[in-house]
Amino acid sequence: MSNIPQELRYTETHEWIRLEEDGTLTVGITDHAQHLLGDIVFVELPEEGEECAAGDDVAVVESVKAASDVYAPVTGEIAAINTKLTDTPELINQDPYGEGWIFRVKPMDPEDYDALMDADAYQERISEEGE
Amino acid sequence: MLIFEHARPERVNAAQLPAQDDDLYDIPESLRREAKPGLPEVSELQAVRHYTRLSQQNFSIDTHFYPLGSCTMKYNPRGCNDLAMLPGFLNRHPASPPRLSQGFLACMFELQEILREVTGMAAVSLAPMAGAQGEFAGVAMIRAYHASRGDTARSEILVPDAAHGTNPASAVMCNYKVKEIPTDDQGDVDLAALRAAVGPQTAGIMLTNPSTLGVFERHIEQIARIVHEAGGLLYYDGANLNAILGKVRPGDMGFDVIHMNLHKTFSTPHGGGGPGAGPVGVSERLAPFLPVPTVAEEDGEYRLLTERDRPQSIGPLSTFMGNAGILLRAYVYARLLGREGMQRVADFATLNANYLEKKLVEAGFEAAYPARRATHEFIITLRREAKAWGTTAMDFAKRMLDYGVHAPTTYFPLLVPECLLIEPTETEDKATLDRFVEIMATLREEAQREPDKLKGAPWTLPVRRLDDVKAARQLDLVWSEGGETG
Repeated sequence: MSNIPQELRYTETHEWIRLEEDGTLTVGITDHAQHLLGDIVFVELPEEGEECAAGDDVAVVESVKAASDVYAPVTGEIAAINTKLTDTPELINQDPYGEGWIFRVKPMDPEDYDALMDADAYQERISEEGE
Repeated sequence: MLIFEHARPERVNAAQLPAQDDDLYDIPESLRREAKPGLPEVSELQAVRHYTRLSQQNFSIDTHFYPLGSCTMKYNPRGCNDLAMLPGFLNRHPASPPRLSQGFLACMFELQEILREVTGMAAVSLAPMAGAQGEFAGVAMIRAYHASRGDTARSEILVPDAAHGTNPASAVMCNYKVKEIPTDDQGDVDLAALRAAVGPQTAGIMLTNPSTLGVFERHIEQIARIVHEAGGLLYYDGANLNAILGKVRPGDMGFDVIHMNLHKTFSTPHGGGGPGAGPVGVSERLAPFLPVPTVAEEDGEYRLLTERDRPQSIGPLSTFMGNAGILLRAYVYARLLGREGMQRVADFATLNANYLEKKLVEAGFEAAYPARRATHEFIITLRREAKAWGTTAMDFAKRMLDYGVHAPTTYFPLLVPECLLIEPTETEDKATLDRFVEIMATLREEAQREPDKLKGAPWTLPVRRLDDVKAARQLDLVWSEGGETG
């Protein structure tokens, strides 16, 4: 069973989102996603200050099996990136919800966060996939 | 053991020849190197043994069954090789004047004509040096066509999610945005999604038919209509042309541009990086943009057409015209087969694939598209085996090597979990296919009884299971004294 923390929000495309105290949103890929991809060997990060629209591909996560886009969950501006992933992409496998975070986005409209899927909805979504 | 590890200082690469003084008299002192080049110092015999041993450790179509899906690893008839290596061809300088190259140019002209006829296109250029360059040339022609009409708002190329990775890459190389079109559960392009995706921004769609899922795209005429009505063009990825050779023609399906992989369908040697050949064919309206040179014939005389003759051409793609030796092999192959032989290629490629799929399903494997007839290749999914016994498609592929079979394509297309894409080709006999089924059945038993036999495989090869994670993370391949890499 994959780990789906209750306090996070999720997307259909397997990103998780955490609301920080300063209003920014931290984004990574879920435990389920990292498990499907297998060993991550390369991460392409966005640039800080880059503007993004919800659904834009802003990062790429590459494993020995496949390369997969990571999408911005909301419209806004990239506020921070996890530069540690450049040298240690395996952090995404080891600690997807912690050290393996990918970027932080400052949402243009803070209410966008509330529209994201909660843990139960995501759980249901991945059980539909039958994996 | 690396050849560098055989090396000893001052050992020279000659047999028993007496030592000769270095003949450097005409090289100015200032241009002579002071340090030795970093080459291995081995004897001639050591070099021969080293590379012969490496070649013996290799899997190849000449030594092993090689059902690598999408790659069409068929037998390369030796006759094609012999004729392409006639001294007249080998010794011809590519810059020699056309009047001294009439034989070669005649072969190239006829190859253009044969490919034009078999694909149903209006004109063909042999210039691209490989499939990927053919794709690049094809998309560049789509761009040139729209630009010539002042239709510059077209910024998107549509690519089905089952496509080869080269398709979106070629589109991006030509400065297009890529929009992905989903596939339905029967392996056809999702027409509703396609209708929603086309518009005045659509430059074209890149399609492989039969698709990478090993099924024929049944809605091809509707797809052609939808894309053409939106003002876009249809690009045909010829990777899977083997299945339909002499049976149905991309030109008749409505395609505007096509590239062919001669190193697949026309049986020129490949694997290990080439050399390839990726001729392109086009419909009438795209003919002015074909890459140069092409070969023209006037009153029995052959000559090369250049940008002077074809001012709208996207230009040359290399110094000369494609990989001449490879094009010659394809020409001989096409002439050996003739019209009837080409149809037999398609007949037996699809018969072999369908036979093998059926036998594997009988042996307990799951076909990815059981309701569809296979074309020249098919997909089985090992998701049940992975779930039940923890043995993945990669474990099956690695264990197969111990039984002397090159593994099929693994984990492609990405749409199908734990998949093997299997292409037996028309050049394998029934006994070989039956043997493959036996091996697969044995692997399945092993997976059930002793899954570690698969998970640790290969056991009998010179190199055991590779650490593909380390290989992808540490890309240092340079040898240096004392094992330092950098």
